[in-house]
Amino acid sequence: MVAEKNLLEMRGITKTFPGVKALNNVDLKIRHGEVHALIGENGAGKSTLMKVLLGIYTPDSGEISFKDKIVQHNSPNEALELGISMIHQELSLVPHRTVAENILIGREPRNAFGLMSWKELYRKASEFMKSIHVEFDPEEIVSNLTVSHQQMIEIARAISYESDIIIMDEPTSALTDNEVEKLFSIINDLKNKGVSVIFISHKLEEIFRIADRTTVLRDGQLIGVKDNKDFDKNRLVGMMVGRELNQIFPKEEVPIGDVVLEAKNLTRKGVFKNISFKVREGEILGFSGLMGAGRTEVMRALFGIDKLDSGEVFYKGKKVTIDSPQTAIKMGWGMVTEDRKEEGLCLVRSVRENISMATMDEYCSYEFINNKQEKDHTKQMIEMLKIKTPNQTVMANSLSGGNQQKVVIAKWLSTAPKLIILDEPTRGIDVGAKSEIHRLMTSFARKGLAVIMISSEMPEILGMSDRIMVMFGGELRGEFTREEATQEKIMECAIAE
Amino acid sequence: MKLQDVKWGKVLDKYKMLFILLLMIVLMSFASNVFLSGRNIMNIIRQISVNTVIAVGMTFVIITGGIDLSAGAILAVSGVVAAALVKSGAVSSIFLVAVIASLAGGVLGLLNGFSIAKLKVPPFISTLAMMQSARGIAYLLSNGRPIVDLPKSFLIIGQENFLGIPVMILLMILVVIIGYTVLQRTKFGRYVYYVGGNEEAARVSGINVSKLLITVYTIAGICAGFAGVILASRINSGQPQAGLTYELYAIAAVVIGGTSLNGGIGSMGGTLIGACIIGIIRNSMNLLNVSPFNQMVVLGIVILLAVILDMQSSKKTSNG
Repeated sequence: MVAEKNLLEMRGITKTFPGVKALNNVDLKIRHGEVHALIGENGAGKSTLMKVLLGIYTPDSGEISFKDKIVQHNSPNEALELGISMIHQELSLVPHRTVAENILIGREPRNAFGLMSWKELYRKASEFMKSIHVEFDPEEIVSNLTVSHQQMIEIARAISYESDIIIMDEPTSALTDNEVEKLFSIINDLKNKGVSVIFISHKLEEIFRIADRTTVLRDGQLIGVKDNKDFDKNRLVGMMVGRELNQIFPKEEVPIGDVVLEAKNLTRKGVFKNISFKVREGEILGFSGLMGAGRTEVMRALFGIDKLDSGEVFYKGKKVTIDSPQTAIKMGWGMVTEDRKEEGLCLVRSVRENISMATMDEYCSYEFINNKQEKDHTKQMIEMLKIKTPNQTVMANSLSGGNQQKVVIAKWLSTAPKLIILDEPTRGIDVGAKSEIHRLMTSFARKGLAVIMISSEMPEILGMSDRIMVMFGGELRGEFTREEATQEKIMECAIAE
Repeated sequence: MKLQDVKWGKVLDKYKMLFILLLMIVLMSFASNVFLSGRNIMNIIRQISVNTVIAVGMTFVIITGGIDLSAGAILAVSGVVAAALVKSGAVSSIFLVAVIASLAGGVLGLLNGFSIAKLKVPPFISTLAMMQSARGIAYLLSNGRPIVDLPKSFLIIGQENFLGIPVMILLMILVVIIGYTVLQRTKFGRYVYYVGGNEEAARVSGINVSKLLITVYTIAGICAGFAGVILASRINSGQPQAGLTYELYAIAAVVIGGTSLNGGIGSMGGTLIGACIIGIIRNSMNLLNVSPFNQMVVLGIVILLAVILDMQSSKKTSNG
């Protein structure tokens, strides 16, 4: 093939967010009528790059050329007008309206009075669905359909814009095998019509089946573009994770004691199944996996926030039933939740009140709060965790992300836990605060706490864990000791065959 | 220098409603020569008593991020219950009558709380339904007619003085002090702030959110009920149509007092100031011969302004 013309060229795209370089000088070139896979770990920059392409983010530098013209658009609507549409990973349908309305949203046929022509709407939608062999009753209400059928509607809508490029962000994650086949035949049809597809997926098998070329991103950098013909799974995984691990983690070897917690066959239907693991005193057990692997869900159920359908939990050798966070806390467990703003902090309340949230009983006699005791304890915590705050009474939302996270950790440390679960403990905080939190984790382990850490950052998982569990699609896919674990081994487990 | 400016701004922001209250008092003392008379001031405080007692309960509710539209109707139920009890002579102790009638309000509040916390019906709808039902209950209990000519002993609550101060004012002060203490000094009060600030975080931190919400709405019911007892004594009758739209005045007092409708922020002191502001506005307009129709329009605008002020300060805090 001689210097084929590119339909789309994103050149030198750089995008910085406070504290992180999400994209650093990334190129993406898409040819006419090709299926181009985009692959990388969590946080590699795939979503950011696609958001730049859709006009949701404006890049700090770099340019986009589409159909040989430099384009500057500022919203998904403008992108749509140019000829770029996207199938989102999360459904973006209007649930209580019909299939036809959802497919033709914004382009509803009108009658002579300017009112919606329902007959025409149903006819058009049904005709269109027939043309791509996705046949649903156009008058059916979307929320009555199964999730996978809804996903097919989503796909149909994206195609109905007759765009030149369709971005598909993990389109198969909600589909059944049959529907995946259907999607692939749709993609082949599109290809034959000269439409290009950007295909984002964690499933390597799909990528090798459907994609012509693959672009690999890692830590916001372009790692390489390869023809899928001269590519294999091992090389791909190597490119995804092949960073040099030179970051030093403050991990100390501490004696590992008895089993504190043992989970057997934890199952929550449709979310995760047969999850079994043990964690010991002084041990940091890492949970690795890609976004949506079910790690957070397992921990939420373990902590009594969500319900377990089946499975047994043993704490210090005794079988326990955790029906609410209260029970878990009484037992001596703590949980630093994934999203500190949603589930961790009362942003409009003071630092002190936030730190006391799980331990009010300790400062109260006969229901009345002992202010001095509470203040003293808060002071101790602020000093111990080096929380940067002007005083104890400022609102939590005035602190930086790292210090907010320390406030959440202080809250749980106050309960003097024997087991602490940390879900993405360093997400979205700066490097300095990160390494302080890592140091704290080590000190927890030294004190004999059992620590469970969920992290999507490979260096953190490898640097801090004594043992690593890897999950994919709601199941445990592998277990590695600190010595065995490598980036490649973990990534191979974390993505589908 | 700049630092001091900032501090001033903060003080002004924190106590802005108190400043507005003082400003209104100063302006009115010029506009009317009877405004500052002892009689008029006592009059104002007496007028705000019923609203303040309801508003104390409403403060708890709004800090949790909820709302109680049934307060006025619950007030009517308790007023009728109290009147019926004293009239029939079934219960001779006035204290016991007040307790039973207030608890009747508490039971209705508990039902609100149950429907909100356990059945997950949004507070607006739950209490709207209760507003309708409770009003019906008030009519049923009284056969649709006011229960009038209550025994003298019952009128102590709303019409007599104690040490020169009307008993109803003393009762209001007592309720505010209890409300303040519970909200600021007890674990329960702290939990109210936590649940309003972030319900999910509170749940994960081991707080029994449903139990707390049920308690909060029960308290609101008791406060509305107690206000009903005071009002029945004040007007010497238990009227099934009493307290129409009183919930709105209570909500207004709470919001003007700086409690955020988003939950998590608020204080009892603020609510007292809010009730005073409403009381003074109404009293001033009476003194200045503003027609009741105009008064309604003005109060509506004041409530809107208070919410706008609240939104602006919450925008400031979330930016900072």
